[in-house]
Amino acid sequence: MRIGLSGAVVLLVVGNGLSAAEPRVVRPFEGAVGFKSANRIDTPVAAALRERDIAPANRCSDEVFVRRVYLDVIGTLPEPQAVQAFLQDDDRRKREKLIDELLVRDEFADYWAMKWCDLLRVKAEFPINLWPNAVQAYHRWIRDAVRDNMPYDQFARELLTSSGSNFRVPPVNFYRAVQGRAPATMAEAVALTFMGTRLQSWPEVDRNHMAVFFSRVAFKATTEWKEEIICLDPAPGEALDVTLPDGTAVRLLPEQDPRAAFADWLLTPENPWFTRNIANRVWSWFFGRGIVHEPDDIRPDNPPSNPELLERLEKELVRANYDPRRFFRLILNSATYQQSSIPQSDHREAEALFAYYPVRRLDAEVLIDALCWAFGGGESYTSVIPEPFTFIPESQRTIALADGSISSQFLEMFGRPARDTGLESERNNQPTDAQRLHMLNSSHVQKRIQQSARLRRVITTYRRNQPALISGIYLTILSRYPTDTELVAAQDYFGTGGLTLDQAVADLAWVLVNSKEFLYRH
Amino acid sequence: MNRPIRRSTITRRTALKRGLLGVAGLTLAKSWRVWAAPAIKPTVAAPAGKAKAVIQIWMWGGPSHLDTFDPKPDAGSDYCGPLNKPIATNIDGIQVGELLPLLAKQADKYSIIRSMTHGVNAHETASYIVQTGRQPGRLVFPCVGAVVSMFKGYDHGYKGLVPPYIVLTEPQGRFSEAGFLGQRYKPFATGGDPNRQPFAVEGIVAEGISDERQRSRRELLHSLDTLGKAMPTNEQFSRLDRCEANAYDLVFGDARKLFELDSEKDDVREQYGRNTFGQSCLIARRLVEAGVPYVTINYKGWDTHKQHFETMRRKLPEMDKGMAALLQDLAGRSLLDRTIVWWGGEFGRTPRVQWDSPWNGGRGHYGKCFSAVLAGGGFKGGRVVGASDATGENVAERPVWPRDLIASLYERLGIDPEGPMPNARGLDIKVMPAAEAGEESGGLLAELV
Repeated sequence: MRIGLSGAVVLLVVGNGLSAAEPRVVRPFEGAVGFKSANRIDTPVAAALRERDIAPANRCSDEVFVRRVYLDVIGTLPEPQAVQAFLQDDDRRKREKLIDELLVRDEFADYWAMKWCDLLRVKAEFPINLWPNAVQAYHRWIRDAVRDNMPYDQFARELLTSSGSNFRVPPVNFYRAVQGRAPATMAEAVALTFMGTRLQSWPEVDRNHMAVFFSRVAFKATTEWKEEIICLDPAPGEALDVTLPDGTAVRLLPEQDPRAAFADWLLTPENPWFTRNIANRVWSWFFGRGIVHEPDDIRPDNPPSNPELLERLEKELVRANYDPRRFFRLILNSATYQQSSIPQSDHREAEALFAYYPVRRLDAEVLIDALCWAFGGGESYTSVIPEPFTFIPESQRTIALADGSISSQFLEMFGRPARDTGLESERNNQPTDAQRLHMLNSSHVQKRIQQSARLRRVITTYRRNQPALISGIYLTILSRYPTDTELVAAQDYFGTGGLTLDQAVADLAWVLVNSKEFLYRH
Repeated sequence: MNRPIRRSTITRRTALKRGLLGVAGLTLAKSWRVWAAPAIKPTVAAPAGKAKAVIQIWMWGGPSHLDTFDPKPDAGSDYCGPLNKPIATNIDGIQVGELLPLLAKQADKYSIIRSMTHGVNAHETASYIVQTGRQPGRLVFPCVGAVVSMFKGYDHGYKGLVPPYIVLTEPQGRFSEAGFLGQRYKPFATGGDPNRQPFAVEGIVAEGISDERQRSRRELLHSLDTLGKAMPTNEQFSRLDRCEANAYDLVFGDARKLFELDSEKDDVREQYGRNTFGQSCLIARRLVEAGVPYVTINYKGWDTHKQHFETMRRKLPEMDKGMAALLQDLAGRSLLDRTIVWWGGEFGRTPRVQWDSPWNGGRGHYGKCFSAVLAGGGFKGGRVVGASDATGENVAERPVWPRDLIASLYERLGIDPEGPMPNARGLDIKVMPAAEAGEESGGLLAELV
């Protein structure tokens, strides 16, 4: 086992001439490599930074990259062996290769289905009340769509226009997953989800026009418990005059589904709303903020921080035919994404213009999964209400939970979204005193560390080799080797009188899971 | 039937005239702020009312009203099952279930509402209605505990050792307690078990870790904070550091003493009952004594679809003992006058016993008519409000909707139900306003004031 720094290749590249001063290099988080455009989306980022004389961050180190990309792409920590293999690989394109591998992992589907289920409000109970069967069907459909890389425009079309039973045609649950059955309520959900805008901020006349498109959605119960058919109202109606959000007036025949007319308008490359919304959202998922921020609050008086960047992303998304993986790949391979978290500039616009990768606390689900993974054991999730009772096997990952109503104290405490509104801001990754207490001093965390099979294995293997033991713990929890300074500090601690080896290991593990490096994506 | 009663509300102006509103409320407690989120700027001053605190005994699952506070011995065995011999209380004319002999001796201290109603039989929705007073809608409203912790917590000069809204021991978790008020007003759930030694309050009391080891680990944490040191000005990290400092104040500070029951006399502990519920009642008394404005005892196990009567025989004596001891102890310490005790669940249970399979003598959910109990904090004791019909299936007199009970409770606490509910989202919302046309209400509980 190698001790100390991995041999990051040091290239003396002056980043695009962006910064005249010698950039500060902080190991082990970054190398002495500046910002060097890697693909088409870096150009507008670099241009905006240059214009304001903001120095971008250095390129992140391999150790940082491997952990970041695992967490960002599959919501999962890397196995120590995978970290070692990646660090030792001297292929110049190893980051690209890793990105490709992760994009087809099962956890990719789990993690991004979770994200979409937040936005699509997938929960069985109050206040959405999809009920358990529909939740399972809907979640499975969403997960399959993510796994099979359904293009975003097709995804949106199916959600917007499907008709049928909520058990058999799962996307119809889109219209059930809102609080109420009023056309205006459905219109709000559509605008928020697919246009990234809050209908409440629109002029009343436009709001009313928008609602008309959902005025003929009919809900019909069946004899099956909580089964419902969602379709175009079969009652003979009259021709319907509708006005599209761009002001175009259209007359629809009675047999025409207004939802389809709306989707036909929305889902074209020329439409100013759809592509912008999804491009901006995806960006925000990787950078913690949208180019328009909040990412679901697009309106004229909330301009993008870098309009050229947003425009470029929109073009790339259209060019990729709305292929989610292709779009992810473009962002993940960019120099912008691969910057270190350590800013080179304290310019007040540095974050909004993406001059570094911003640190963000792990999502609640990812954090509990990481703790379970690092120390063994699962969380047991149950829902005793409503019948049928639901018991989730402990081996199931939290990111793979279908139902937002199935929760735990931990998830609530760490700000898992309630899935009540579909707003991105429902997820709250801000730290609180209660969270800190829990991580620092709860029996939940304490027991996990004490009973960890993984730590036990490390102890058994390296009982007689303290540096290797410490490195093993670092590699497991922080996905990197300790620095020399850290190694010395840890060894000092291990030498403290009165501590058994098991206690010292438990304390080190406790320290590392409580470190910022563990708790934050960086 | 619905007989709206004119509500007496204290308007802001009259409150000012009476000098009820002080200038308190702008200071934030230094010791511990539950949530690092920014405080909602108080737009109303700290309330002043007779009641200073609430102990809510939340009967998770929905307790049977017939077997507790609304016995129907004449309804026959299809309704009473084996529990058909209610007992007299120390108030003439009031009877309670036969498994509540100790509470029967305390009936002068509490009043029974036998005409609670909302009509919903689903746990989550019913919990929401009973705890917020609101019908489900687009907005998710905060529950009573969150509202009280806003009006009487850190925003209004609360400087207690522990957060102002405590749940013993597991969180209710059926809906977001704080609703649109946000994280800051969520409860602190203790976890652990007060009937065990020590009561391992999650995060505050760690079993098997000495203070010394706790301190040396903290030092190691700081010396290995490599990423934090690389980014000393990061705002996210500074926030985390502040949370850490607050957390350690609790870990090392005097807060833990509140949860140490060995300082109580043995006979007091016995009187409450040596079980989780009994000792939770004792902790609740200690907390309100220390100034905590809202304590919920989350008492599980009342969703008795099956083995109903067996469960009643096992659990009601436990409840009887703990709750009776609590009322007696609060009164003995002159705390009852300023502490409201509120007993109730999300609904009652079907008055008619379900004898058929698979229930085999169970009771289902019943939101149409059920009971609640209020004591202390200026509410009169020894009364019965409203009545159910001969079988306990319908409200016969004076319906009380959850909103009526909650608004009355706020009034006792000096929180104007018609006043604005400050919130970070800028919503124009009143605390718990009188029903508007189309909404159902029986009016404030004027008969208990």
